[in-house]
Formats: sequence, C-alpha cells, structure tokens
Amino acid sequence: MADRASRLDRPVGPLRMAAALYGSRIRSQASFRASFAADLAGQALLVIVEFIELWVILSQVGVFGGMTLTQVAVVYGLASLAFGLADLAFGEVEQVSSLVRSGRLETLLIRPVPLLLQLSSLDLSLRRIGRIAVGLAMYVGALLAAGFSPGAADLVLAILAPLAGAAIFSALFVAAGALQFWLIDGREFANAFTYGGNYVATTPGAVFGAPMRAFFTFVIPATLVAYTPALVLLDLPGPALLPQWTGWLGLPAAILLWTATALLWRAGVRRYTGAGG
Amino acid sequence: MLSYWRILTATFRQHTTYRTATLAGIFTNSMFGLIRASILLAAIHAAGGELNGYTALQAATYVWLGQALLAPIEAFGTREVAARVHQGDVAVDLLRPLSFLGLFFAQKLGRSSYYLLARGIPPMLIGALLTGLALPEDPLSYPLGVLTIALAITVAFLGDMLVNLAAFWILETRGLTVLYNSVMNLLSGFLIPILWFPPWLLAIARWTPFPSMVQTPIDVLSGRVGPASAIGLIGVQSAWILVLLLAAAVMLRAGARSLEVQGG
Repeated sequence: MADRASRLDRPVGPLRMAAALYGSRIRSQASFRASFAADLAGQALLVIVEFIELWVILSQVGVFGGMTLTQVAVVYGLASLAFGLADLAFGEVEQVSSLVRSGRLETLLIRPVPLLLQLSSLDLSLRRIGRIAVGLAMYVGALLAAGFSPGAADLVLAILAPLAGAAIFSALFVAAGALQFWLIDGREFANAFTYGGNYVATTPGAVFGAPMRAFFTFVIPATLVAYTPALVLLDLPGPALLPQWTGWLGLPAAILLWTATALLWRAGVRRYTGAGG
Repeated sequence: MLSYWRILTATFRQHTTYRTATLAGIFTNSMFGLIRASILLAAIHAAGGELNGYTALQAATYVWLGQALLAPIEAFGTREVAARVHQGDVAVDLLRPLSFLGLFFAQKLGRSSYYLLARGIPPMLIGALLTGLALPEDPLSYPLGVLTIALAITVAFLGDMLVNLAAFWILETRGLTVLYNSVMNLLSGFLIPILWFPPWLLAIARWTPFPSMVQTPIDVLSGRVGPASAIGLIGVQSAWILVLLLAAAVMLRAGARSLEVQGG
C-alpha cells in the first residue's frame, strides 16, 4: 500500500499520462459494441461512397489527370489513410471554439496536462478506424494491382508517405483549431483547408489548373500527401510544378507546417483570456 | 399561420447576426466550388469537350448552382431534433400549440431563405466571374426554378427529419446521419451529375427522393431541362413530399407514443 501511495504521489511522465488518457477513451468507446460497430461501418462506407465520384468519372474517360483507375485508387487510398490517421488523433481539435464559447477551456487550462494532448484525447473517436482500414486496404491493394515492384527507396517511401501525410493533415487540423481563438464563429473557414485539402489530396493533382495546383502545394501541401508520392511509386511523370521527385517532399513539408502550426497554436492559447467562471 | 410566419422571420433574423460564420461559409463554399469545378472540367476535357450531355460551361454552372444550394438544403444534415429527443426537450415541442413538423419546417424555411441569399448568391457571382454560367433560354425557367428550389428544400427537410426521428428508437444517431448524408451527396447528384452514373446506379438514384433535392433544381435553373419537362420534375418532387410527409407523420406518432421522459 505504501508503495502504491508513493507511486501515485510522484508526478507521472508525459508518456504514462498519454497512455492513461487515450486508454480510458478507447475502453469507454469499445464498451458500446453495437453503436461502435455501426459507426465503424458507416465511416468505412463513407470512404467508398466518396470514391464512387472518381470511379464514375474514370468509367467515362479511362484516363483522368494522367492516371488510370488503379493508379487513382493508389492516390485515393493513400490520402484517405493519411487523413484518417490525422482525423483520429486531431480531428476534434477544432472543437476548441465551442470550449471557448462555453467557458470550459479554463478547466482544461488549469490541469497539469498539455492542452493539445487533452483536446486530442478528449474526443478520440475510434470509429475513424473505419476510414483508416478502408484507406489502407485500398492503398495496398491498388499498389499491388498496379504492379508495384519496389526497390529499397520505393519501399521506404511507401511506408513514409502515409505517415508524412498524416503529419501534414494533423498540422492542418491543429492550425484550424488555433484559428478558432481568433474566429470563434468562423469554424467553417478552416474546413476549406482541412476537408478541402483532403478533397484535393484524394484527386490526381494534374487535374487542377496551375494557380490551384500551386496553392495546394506551396501553401496547403495537399498534393504532396498522396499524388506526388504515387508518381514516384508508380513511376509516372508529373505535371508542371510537380515533377516526380516532389514525391519526397511530404516529410519536409510536414515539418515546416508543424513549425508554423506550433507557433500559431501558442499564439492562440496565449491570446485566450478567460471570462472567469 | 401567423405564429409560423413569426417563427420563420425570427429564425431568419437570428441567422443574420452570425456574420463571421456567413463569411467563413462563403469562403469555404467557394473554395470547394473551385475544387469541384476543376475536377468536372478536367473530366469533360478528357472526354473531348462533352460528357453525357454536359459541356464545360454547363458543368461549371452545375457546380456553382450545387454550391449555392448546399447551405439552403443543409446537405450535411441537422441534428437538432435528434438531440432534443435524447435530452427530453422534445416533450416540450410536442406540448406546444403548434404542429411539431410545422414548427421545425418554419425554422428550416427561415434558415434556408437566409442561406439562399447570403450563401447562395456569392458562389453564383464567383462562378459567373471565373467560369461563366449557362443560363436558361426560356424565361419561364426562372419562376419554375425558384419553385423547384422551394420543393427541394422541403424534400431535404423531410428526409433529414426522418433520420432525426429515428432517435426515438436508437440511442446514437450520428452513424445514421453520416451514412444518410454521404449517400445523399452521391445520389442527389451533388458530387457529379447523376446522368454520368452507370445505368444500374442511375436506376437506383431515380428510385430515391435524392435527385429531387439537388439535380432537379439545378437542371431547371441551368436550362438543361425545358419548362415542359420541369413540370414533370415538379410532379416528382411533390410526390416525394407527400410520401415523406406521411412517413414522418407515422414515425412521429409512433415515437411520441413510445417516448418516455423522466423528471419535469
């Protein structure tokens, strides 16, 4: 008993804290089995329904943005996998606007746990695993169907790309959350970049005109999530602005974006003034 | 009738106060319009200038009209009624000296009229500037188009209400809402014109109320469908309104009977 008490007295490390927070959410959600299964299936179906748009177009034109159906499926699967991972971890951060409005943010701020970790674990929605699973299955399946014969470098990129993409979308989600400190009512504004970014990322980048392509590469690096890595993996030539080698730019872009996002988030939290309560 | 009108105007006024939200909505709406227009125009370009009866100009018009209708028909669904059922507030709504469906429909019309003006017109202007718009040849298409919008909003309201009323029997309706809205986005022709679908999918879509929510008003307003066929489409919309209204009334009655609200 004494041992246990002294162990509880000691401040816990960030890893133990994260494990405890996420573990409790996972256990609580998995306990409502029927609802969980329905949600999971719904999310999985959502990914498939959204793919039908591209599939219908490709069944009419054969080659879209320089890619066949199988190749587009690689892009779509990879982007969905990356987006799903980010959505699982940080999809609820934009809820910060309702926390600010209702005054509940104070309770989070006074706890000895980093705010972002609390927000991330607060609404961790396991149903999003549905999207991740379908994205992963499509990504791997389409790669194999497209005759993927990896060299060592390709294999590294194939594994790195979903993680770098997830980091890019995560940064976009957190940046969207940070913006809520300024635009309380303007939640929808950020959707243009998070969900809009996902829309662009799931589509072959050659489809977009030069100004859009530039914006969704240099400002919001959506084309670097799935389209350009797919160019490398499938050994396809890229369009103007996006030569094949840009497929390797996902990770540097994610690091850059996270740096900017971290600064924005800090500025946002500092700017926040509670109304007491 | 007067009380419904007051609810309608009050909801309209309520939404005019969220100016930042409106601006944000317009921005996001236009951005998605640009993305969707790029995709459809690239598809038509790849098909050699025309795809199943759609030229580039018609497809661009299709996208901008769709973006304009997105907010008025509330294509992402609402959760208010489901939430009121869960919290028990629905008991108060049922006790009001107003029809339950009428109350929420008046609110919906108030919201939708505001959305139509504030979030519908800007994407059309942006579309007119960036891609140009295909306009109907027959002037009769305009009043018919306005009527199809009103009916589309009503069909969408009733469909959404059915999903919400399911809350009387299932505890968590979020999964259902997500599923319903993704199927609706596809089959209503919001993402791509339903005429591009393969025959089997087109047949499925035609047997659902979804095309009446988006495809019909767009076809009439863009002049792709002449006034004579528009009247047939209006008949289809009206038939769906009757069917869905009946279903909603039955669900509401059964739900109210099984409802148990504790405390007071």
